[in-house]
Amino acid sequence: MLAKRIVPCLDVKDGRVVKGVNFEGLKDMADPVEMAHFYNDSGADELVFYDITASAEGRQLFTDVLRRVASEIFIPLTVGGGIRTLDDFDRVLKCGADKVSVNSGAIADPSLIAAAAKKYGDQCVVLSMDVKRVEGQFRLFAKGGREDTGIDAMDWAVRGVANGAGEIVLNSIDTDGVKGGFDLEMLDALAALVDVPIVASGGAGKKEDFAELFCHRGMDAGLAASIFHTRQVDIKDLKRYLRAQGVEMRL
Amino acid sequence: MTAIVDYGVGNLFSLSSSLRALGVESTVTADPAVLRAADRIILPGVGAFGDAMDKLRQTGLVPLLLEEAERKPFLGICLGMQLLFDKSLEYGAHEGLSLVPGEVVSLREDLTDQTVKVPHMGWNSLHILREDPLLRYVDEGAYVYYVHSFYGRNCAESTLAVSDYGGAAVTGVVRRGSVWGTQFHPEKSGETGLSILKAFAEL
Repeated sequence: MLAKRIVPCLDVKDGRVVKGVNFEGLKDMADPVEMAHFYNDSGADELVFYDITASAEGRQLFTDVLRRVASEIFIPLTVGGGIRTLDDFDRVLKCGADKVSVNSGAIADPSLIAAAAKKYGDQCVVLSMDVKRVEGQFRLFAKGGREDTGIDAMDWAVRGVANGAGEIVLNSIDTDGVKGGFDLEMLDALAALVDVPIVASGGAGKKEDFAELFCHRGMDAGLAASIFHTRQVDIKDLKRYLRAQGVEMRL
Repeated sequence: MTAIVDYGVGNLFSLSSSLRALGVESTVTADPAVLRAADRIILPGVGAFGDAMDKLRQTGLVPLLLEEAERKPFLGICLGMQLLFDKSLEYGAHEGLSLVPGEVVSLREDLTDQTVKVPHMGWNSLHILREDPLLRYVDEGAYVYYVHSFYGRNCAESTLAVSDYGGAAVTGVVRRGSVWGTQFHPEKSGETGLSILKAFAEL
């Protein structure tokens, strides 16, 4: 059967990793290429790169870095951030991305998912969602979680999958950064509605949080950034621990 | 030198990078002279069978590839492996290269557990049925990375390794003579995948 995936996420701005970086033993602590190497060697099952750059110049730097990263790691690579058009898909796929993650770009243009799925296949299109509880509803947020779209996130996910999204990354704004565990209530609500792989994001603080996550039906992967960057959780240890707990893991 | 067949199908970035990382000289080419001179040939591919087979035919390289596949190590990857079989039933019936006996059918049809997701996408463990030089560095149970919805069937005699998915034995690696195929992506399968490419380069 398929192994569950452990996925570190690198937020890259102007060619540098910017979030929660506190690596030991690396010369340059914010070099994305060096960090990608580290994760490739430490048992990560996939890497996610988010481009959080605002300027066109920064975007060019990201593309250069992406190409360098993709040419030196040999695990699947998902790229997101600023993906608004099919040209953006094309640009990052040509740099070696395997999957492309859309978020605000799909909210601005809901036809993007269907167009990309038709051109590159469902397996290539990842719908990433930032979700927060508002007035008893799971509400979809845009622009890195700053803007309430008023859209019901669960409806949005169902529509996205119907349009061809092959995977969903659900980032709970409510649990993000709290390190008290994944938002299992929100994730379960999603798993009851869609049958594509779900990548849980937001809230992981310790290895037990991942064990709890994978007890829930429909959870395929756990994504985190700072706890891996800071080595608070070591991926090799985490995966050995999870396998001992009966979770299928690639070791 | 290893030639990667260029027929406008698939992203060859990772495959070229993997070979470079292994120190294996490779070139992406549709030039008959280069393919003839190559020590070995890789046929990559992603997407739909019919479309890919059409594109391969349009290059005019099919007769040459069939000839070369008999004389030098030849490796089909993912859809490139599926093209090796006699035919595919993906969106209609399509003829393949008939380098390996068998057919390509929908994985969904053969799943006994219908709750698992298709495409079969992710890391699955490889169960080795026959020892082979291509798998000389691979441990039983090692994980490899798959992304596909169709798979090779009725090819038991050529099957070297399978992965279990939803009750189906997914054909993972095949071989007939000097022709090999992997359904998974060795260029995305970490150390295990690199070791398979290394073994291929040593054939």
